[in-house]
Amino acid sequence: MKDMVEDFKIAPIRNGTVIDHITSGQALNVLKILNVNETTINSSISVAIRAKSSKGSVWKDIIKIEDRELDPKSVDKIALIAPNATIAIIRDYYVAEKYKVKLDDKVCGLARCSNPDCITNKGEPVETEFTVTSRDPPILRCTYCDRVLINISDNLI
Amino acid sequence: MDYREFFDKDIVSIRDFSRSQIESILDLSEEMVPYATGEKRNKMLDGKILGNLFFEPSTRTRLSFESAAHRLGADVIDVSQMSMTSISKGETLADTIRMVDTYCDAIVLRHPHEGAARLAAKFSKNPVINAGDGAGSHPTQTLLDLFTMRREKGSLDGLNIAMVGDLKYGRTVHSLVDALTMFGAKLTFVAPESLQMPDDIVSHLKSGGYNTKKTANLEDVISDADVLYVTRIQRERFPDPAEYSKVAGTYRIDNEMLREAKSDMIVMHPLPRIDEIAPEVDNTEHAKYFEQAFNGIPVRMALLCAIMGGEL
Repeated sequence: MKDMVEDFKIAPIRNGTVIDHITSGQALNVLKILNVNETTINSSISVAIRAKSSKGSVWKDIIKIEDRELDPKSVDKIALIAPNATIAIIRDYYVAEKYKVKLDDKVCGLARCSNPDCITNKGEPVETEFTVTSRDPPILRCTYCDRVLINISDNLI
Repeated sequence: MDYREFFDKDIVSIRDFSRSQIESILDLSEEMVPYATGEKRNKMLDGKILGNLFFEPSTRTRLSFESAAHRLGADVIDVSQMSMTSISKGETLADTIRMVDTYCDAIVLRHPHEGAARLAAKFSKNPVINAGDGAGSHPTQTLLDLFTMRREKGSLDGLNIAMVGDLKYGRTVHSLVDALTMFGAKLTFVAPESLQMPDDIVSHLKSGGYNTKKTANLEDVISDADVLYVTRIQRERFPDPAEYSKVAGTYRIDNEMLREAKSDMIVMHPLPRIDEIAPEVDNTEHAKYFEQAFNGIPVRMALLCAIMGGEL
């Protein structure tokens, strides 16, 4: 009975991507990273916000997107706001590939610095660069101005 | 650690330094003192050129770098009016640096934007010294503050240091705190609640097992302090002028206030002071802020010597 209820919540997909274990509350920000809207995608998307994790009492978000596989840059960005997310590529109802997002020690060119006075916000020909000082929750420190990046999801490039 | 290891290195943030690296620069600074006063002469940087790029007004830092370079025999090129340069035409800092880099052997940069020195270091083949980047760091100020404390007190270890004034916005103070914790100094932050040391810095220190004290009353700490590090409280931080006057008055250091202090307690101030320290204090044994300003010379000489390949 329980399985049926779960199935009802999120339908399986034939081809596409399942992003699971998204930090609760970040699903809509992940959709923003994937740049999906009426004009950019022509298939179904299922989103679960505050689903119960099988790992215990932890809440999580889940996204299933049909007919879409993610580019590496999007996966790197997802790691910044949902460090425990897993990505499963589904082909013909089977999990063809599954992996956990990975946060490197340095994050380059994925977010802009939240400090308006930082030199990287002044039109200089450089990519932003952050050092990861904590992984869960992710805390990023700008290599240039040394300030902690505030509100990562709003500053993704 | 030998100062020669700094050859060709950038001086961007005090956070890049280890304790032994700081000590090696302070030791070399000590050796530079007779050369800084003109008592001895050494033209170790003869034939070298220092590029002074000051995108913001500065008196002490600019003059002391020039003086330090001349004392060691280096020539200095600089831009006196930024409005006359291609920067005013919208050239990026990266391009300016790449150009100046080909004209000199080391660059000193003061810039209004945070992180400018790190960016300059990236684009310059020659070493870059950060002479202040906006509200960012000012490592040569931190080194000369440490040098002054060590010279006056004999050692930095375990000193009781009371930092007074604007501790919230002054990033110079934040760099100094970072460095002092390496030497086990006992820090007390004296400021009104609105200008107190930011919580994230205090909790960062605490997570490293380092406890600090906060108070709003100077009277609480004056008798125990070995060093009183006074900073300017900026009028523009207060929307209400009456509030500013009240706060500024509370933290004014005068002889009456210093009666409770240890006889060898020293008063420091990065200058310029407005009225945080009464002129009457200047004539006491406590006043060390003009010595501190002088110390900028041997410390900057030591840095120029170390990064430009000088030998003493």
